[in-house]
Amino acid sequence: MGNNLDALTTIFTEFYYWVTVVFMFLIHVGFCVYEVAASRRRNHAHTLMKNIMVIPLVTVTFFFFGWWIYFSFPNGPYIYQGMGIDYEAASFARPWDPSMGTNLGDHITGVFWAAFLLFSWTAASIVSGAVMERIRSGGFWVLAVVIGSFAWIIDASWGWHWDGWMVKMLGYHDAYASGVIHAIAGGFALGVLLVLGPRLGKFRDDGTPRDIPPHNPWLVTLGLFLIYTGFWGFYAACNVPIIAPEVIDGEITGVTWTATNIYLAPTTLSAITFNFLMSLSGGLMAAYLVSKGDPFWTFSGGLAGIICASAGNDLYHPIQSMFIGAFGAWAAFKLHYWVERKFKIDDAVGAVAVHGYAGFIGLVICGFMLWGQPSSPYAGYAAINPLGMFIGAIIMFGVLGFLPGWIVAKILHAFGMLRIPRKVELEGLDFESSEAYDNAVAEIIAAEQALVQTK
Amino acid sequence: MSTNGMTSWAVDLADIGAVYPFQGTEFVLFILGLVFWIGWHILQFRTEKTEVDHEMHSDESGESAKDIIGRY
Repeated sequence: MGNNLDALTTIFTEFYYWVTVVFMFLIHVGFCVYEVAASRRRNHAHTLMKNIMVIPLVTVTFFFFGWWIYFSFPNGPYIYQGMGIDYEAASFARPWDPSMGTNLGDHITGVFWAAFLLFSWTAASIVSGAVMERIRSGGFWVLAVVIGSFAWIIDASWGWHWDGWMVKMLGYHDAYASGVIHAIAGGFALGVLLVLGPRLGKFRDDGTPRDIPPHNPWLVTLGLFLIYTGFWGFYAACNVPIIAPEVIDGEITGVTWTATNIYLAPTTLSAITFNFLMSLSGGLMAAYLVSKGDPFWTFSGGLAGIICASAGNDLYHPIQSMFIGAFGAWAAFKLHYWVERKFKIDDAVGAVAVHGYAGFIGLVICGFMLWGQPSSPYAGYAAINPLGMFIGAIIMFGVLGFLPGWIVAKILHAFGMLRIPRKVELEGLDFESSEAYDNAVAEIIAAEQALVQTK
Repeated sequence: MSTNGMTSWAVDLADIGAVYPFQGTEFVLFILGLVFWIGWHILQFRTEKTEVDHEMHSDESGESAKDIIGRY
């Protein structure tokens, strides 16, 4: 910290990210509530534990190598001008570097690391809901580390980094992560689901799908409400809150300080507040109509609305954002049921549609809406364009999402580590612990009753 | 060509105002937004009417209604 203004800016930025992390915790709370509520009673404990253990497993692996990947891989390696892994830029992110610990010379790394880490949890948690009630917890946790500490952070390094090759070469723009979190997680979930297969009883003998209603629809909507709340923190965490033009070191002239997106291009908290709420509203309104007032799909549609508009929500007009949100929600609903009928995919919570399809579509729309605008404040970067955004969407959903999910699921399946046996699925994942619980309850009741003295 | 007129950030931010795309269409967007909002109400009324009409023709004996009331 060179002077008092630098010190205040650093401490403000440190506190800003810290607050976003606390808000983003609610995303995981929401996912846990929502997923348990969507599962059936005989699977509650395993469903909850499957998702909660994402927190420690992704956290430690993100500390060990995920954070380092982000700063090492912006050039591919070897995709942009033959440049390899950037060891020098990433040296401070090595888990043994002094920056990765209590250090009075570095006030930012820990909170910045945590902001990215919370995105990692989200990516893994999105997959968790889709595969519930038939996946082995151990298999899922391997998949969670692959998406949370490896696949998503590579995509962030490529397309959500001021120096990422996708930004430089494709003009990729994804300010609030339509692709880098949602499309990749949706694609990953789809890859896993193809190998995992549907829950028993999901499809009739003629191949038509049965509805498997959540055991508690109201708790599902509460979970989604919590996810909305955490999403506010997510949006704020995607911005740099305040920065001087000379620090950006790009082409911006003058002395006006600004907030920026992750690419260090100017935006405002005002813009993203308008657009978050308008895209949420467009999504809710469209989803209400298309689902005929179904609470689960109306709430999910609100989320799909935000996700679809997120790529360009730093720059859209609020009414544009509302229409994009409405289209995203409508498309997610229609595509979910079409894919379910056509390909017999059992996505238990609609995660592939709400995150994957809405995110993919949002990227494509962004390419047209922001066509020709600069993707970066630095010179020589490709402008935002439809083809670059379409290729980016394929990379996010297909190359870094679907493929790793499918490949790792295939490997787990080959070793019998992916799906629980039919008997266990039917009696419920919690069968043994429920039996132990019932026995403990019966024993303590009998013991206490025996202690009651009678005259 | 750029949908917000900017092709580079080589500018002084003090001189920059709105940066959303397709500036000049705000009033048209506003009208379209109004149409979306009013249209939503019309479609919602129709959907709700269909639902209520359907419920009016179901459970003519009243047994299901008694059961639901009993469950509180």
